[in-house]
Amino acid sequence: MALTGIEIYKLLPKTNCGDCGVPTCLAFAMALAAGKTELDKCPHLSEEVRTKLAEASAPPILPVVIGAGDNALKIGGETVMFRHEKRFENPPGITILVTDKMSDAEVKDRLKKINELPYERVGLTLHADLVAVKSETGDTAKFTALANKVKAGTKANIILMSEKVETLAAGVKACAERKPLLYAATKDNFEAIVKLTKESGCPLAVKAKSVEELAVLTEKLGAAGIKNIVLDSGARNVKQALQDQLIIRSAALNKKYRPLGYPTIVFPCEMTKDPMKEAIIAAMFVAKYAGIIVLSDLNGESLFPLLVARLNIYTDPQRPMTTKQGIYEINNPNENSPLMVTSNFSLTYSIVSSEIESSKVPCYLFVKDTEGLSVVTSWAAGKFNSESIGSAILKSGITDKIKHHKLIIPGYIADERDAIAEEMPGWEIIVGPKDAADITPFLKAFKP
Amino acid sequence: MAFEIPRTTYSGKIREVTAGKGESALTVGGETAFPFYLFEGQMPHLPRLAMEVYDSPPSDWPEAAVEPFKDVINDPVNWAKKCVKEYGAEMICLQLTSTDPNGENRPADKAAEIVKKVADAVSVPLIVWGTANHDKDVEVLSAAAEMCRDRNFILGPVEEGDHKQIGAAAKEFNHIIAAATPIDINLAKQLNILLGNLGVPDDKLIIDPTVSGIGYGIEYCYSAMERMRIAALTQQDTKLQFPIIANIAREAWKTKEARISEKENPKMGEAKRRGILLEAMSATLLLMAGADILVMRHPDALRLVKELIKDLAG
Ligand code: B12
Ligand code: SF4
Repeated sequence: MALTGIEIYKLLPKTNCGDCGVPTCLAFAMALAAGKTELDKCPHLSEEVRTKLAEASAPPILPVVIGAGDNALKIGGETVMFRHEKRFENPPGITILVTDKMSDAEVKDRLKKINELPYERVGLTLHADLVAVKSETGDTAKFTALANKVKAGTKANIILMSEKVETLAAGVKACAERKPLLYAATKDNFEAIVKLTKESGCPLAVKAKSVEELAVLTEKLGAAGIKNIVLDSGARNVKQALQDQLIIRSAALNKKYRPLGYPTIVFPCEMTKDPMKEAIIAAMFVAKYAGIIVLSDLNGESLFPLLVARLNIYTDPQRPMTTKQGIYEINNPNENSPLMVTSNFSLTYSIVSSEIESSKVPCYLFVKDTEGLSVVTSWAAGKFNSESIGSAILKSGITDKIKHHKLIIPGYIADERDAIAEEMPGWEIIVGPKDAADITPFLKAFKP
Repeated sequence: MAFEIPRTTYSGKIREVTAGKGESALTVGGETAFPFYLFEGQMPHLPRLAMEVYDSPPSDWPEAAVEPFKDVINDPVNWAKKCVKEYGAEMICLQLTSTDPNGENRPADKAAEIVKKVADAVSVPLIVWGTANHDKDVEVLSAAAEMCRDRNFILGPVEEGDHKQIGAAAKEFNHIIAAATPIDINLAKQLNILLGNLGVPDDKLIIDPTVSGIGYGIEYCYSAMERMRIAALTQQDTKLQFPIIANIAREAWKTKEARISEKENPKMGEAKRRGILLEAMSATLLLMAGADILVMRHPDALRLVKELIKDLAG
C-alpha cells in the first residue's frame, strides 16, 4: 500500500541532519512520496524501516527485465489505466513459439523470421522481441537441444516453457547467460521452481487457474524473496483472458494490490487456430495491458500491422514524435535540384522522405517545425502558414545551396500559395501533389 | 491480503439509440461500463458492424478490397444486398461519393433516389454518408431525409458548419444524426450541445469522433474516444453519453501499407491479408476504445471482428 508523505515522515529519524540533500526529514518524506527522490539517499534508516519503505515506495506494477545486456527486454512498470493520463511505458514483448516437436527446418524458418523481420518506421526499428522455447515431448535432451539452437540462432530474448522443473533446469543451463524467463511456476512445482529461480537469477512466470489463485502464488513467491514475476492467469478463452487483464491492471493500480502488481503474459496462440484471428486478439492485448504476447508464428502481413499498432498505443500522448527542423538532402542533390517543404511530424517526414528517396530524384527537403503536427493538422491549426514557412526557409541558408528560387509545397496547402509567394519575393511557389504517393511521377515530370 | 475484484463506480450510462424501422431496427449503446469491462457493468447491445457501399464505383481501392464486390461494384443496390445476404452486414453505410462537387457532382435529388432504392432493397438500417462538403451535404442529406422520411437513417457527417440545416431535416423527417468533429472531446461535446439546443432528441444522436487507422494517428482517436467514455460514464457528462460510430474502413485501406505488393516489399507479407488485418486490427483497437458502430469494408475483416465481439461477449 502506498504511503503518504506524513506516514513516511513518521518512520524517519526526524533529526533533520540534511545528509539526504534536502534540509529536513519532512521535505525528504514529501519528495519520497512524490517519487522525486530515492530511499537510499538517507543513510540513517534501520533495516526494518528501510524494508517497509522500500515496499511502500515500489511502483504499483513492478518492472521486470528478461534477458541480459543491451538487448534485454523491460516490461511492466505501468502506472496508468488509460494512456492519455500519462503514457504506457514498456511495450509488450511480441513472441514467436518454437517447440521440440517441430522439425529442424521449421525451427530454422522461425528463427529466420524473428531475425529478418524488423521494420524501419518513423526513424525507429520495430521488431519482435522473444522466442518461446516449449517442451511438448517432455524429453529433456530434446528441449536442451532446442534451447541451444535458439541461443545460437538468434539474439532475441528467450522464454523457456516446460511443466517439469528438471527439464527447465536443463534448458536454463543451456542458455543461462541470456537470463531467460522461466515458464512457469504452478502450485504443484512450487518448491523446486523457487529453488531453480533463485539459483539461476532468472525472471519467473507464474501460471494459475484464476486470478485469485495467482495472487496466492505470488504472495508465496514474494515471501520466498522472488520479485521478478510475470503473471499468467491461465485463461485461454478470449473473454476470460481479457477480463483477467482488466482485473489485474485495475487491482494493481486502483487498489495497489501488491500480489498482482506484475506484468502479464498472454497466449493468443492457444486461443484460436486461425492466424488472422490470432493477430487481432494480439492487437487487443496490445491495447489492453499485456506484458508479453505469445504468437504461434510470425508473418509480415500480421506482424507489421501489430508492431505499428504497438508503436502507436505506446507513443507518448503529450509529445508527438518529431523530426528536427532543417534542410534534408535526399539522393545527393546539387544546386539545380528541386526544393520541397513539409512538417516536422515524424510520420509526415518519414513518408515524404521515403517517397522522394524511392523516386531517385535528387532533392532538398525543408522540414519546418510545426510542433509535431502533420501538414493538414498544423495548417488547420494555423501553424503551417505563409509567414512561418516563408521566413523559416529564407533563414535556413538554403539559398547558398541552390541557384533557383522555386519551392514545392504540399498539395493540401495549395490555398497558401499566393500568400507564401508574397512572403518570399522573387520566388515561384509550386503546388505539389496532395498525396505523397504521387511524388514520384510529379518529380519525374518536374523541371526546376 | 485476500483478493477482492476491484470495481470502478460508474455514475453514468450511454444512451440507447435505435436505428432503422420495424423488425429490422437495431439498438446500439446502453453501456454501463468501459468497453468490455463486463466484470463491472453491462453492454446490453453489442457493437454493430456496418458495411460500406459506394454510389459510384471506387477508383482508388487496392485489388484486395475490390475483389469481393467485383460483380456489384457499379450497382449500389445489389452491392448492398450482397453485403447483407452473403457477408452478414448488420447495417449498410451508403457513401455518396458521387455527390462530391470536386468530382462527379451528382445532384441531390438523383443521390436521394439511390438512397431510397438501397433502403428499399435491404432489411437492415441505413447509414447515409456525405462528402463533408457542407453546402452539398445540406442539399443531399436533406433530400435523402425527406424522400425516405421516418425510416430512421443515420445521417453523417454532420459538422458544425452544416449542423443547423441537416439537424433540422433530420428532426423533421425523423432520422438520426452522426455528429462529426476532429478528434477532440471538447469539440464533440460542443457540437452535441448545439444539436441539443436545436431540438435534436437525445436518442437521435451518435458521435463520430473522426478516426484514422493504424500507423496514421489511431492513437489520437483511441484516446479521444476513451476520454469521451470516461467523461460519460464516470463524470456525469450527459452531453457525451452517446454511442460512437467509427468510419474506419476507408482510413485503413487508403494507406500505402494496404497497397504495397509482396513483390515490392517481401517483408510486408501477403498484400490481401495485410489489408484485411490493417482494417480488422484498427477496428479492434477502436472497439476497445468504445466504438458502437464500426463501418467495415472487407468481408473477411468483418467476419474476424464479428467473431471477436461474439467471443468477448461470451
Ligand atoms: C491525427 C489527427 C490529429 C491529431 C494530431 C496529429 C499530428 N501529430 O499531427 C490531433 C488530435 C492533435 C489533431 C488536432 C487537430 N486537428 Co486533426 N487530424 C488528424 C487526422 C486524423 C490525421 C492527420 C495525420 O496524421 N495524417 C497523416 C500525415 C502523414 O499527413 P500529412 O502530414 O498531411 O502528409 C501527407 C500529405 O500532406 C503529403 N505531404 C506531406 N508533406 C508534403 C510535402 C510535399 C512537398 C508534398 C508534395 C506532399 C506532402 O504526404 C503525406 C501523405 O500523403 C486528420 C484526418 C485524417 N484522417 O486524415 C485530422 C485533420 C487533419 N485535423 C483537422 C483539424 C481541423 C484539427 C484541429 C484544428 C481541430 C481543433 N480545432 O482542435 C486540431 C489542430 C491541432 C491543434 N489545435 O494544435 C482536420 C483539418 C481540416 C482542414 N482540412 O482544415 C482534419 C482533416 C480532420 C477533419 N476531417 O476535420 N488532429
Ligand atoms: S538524511 Fe535522513 S535523517 Fe537526515 S534529514 Fe534526510 S531524511 Fe532526515
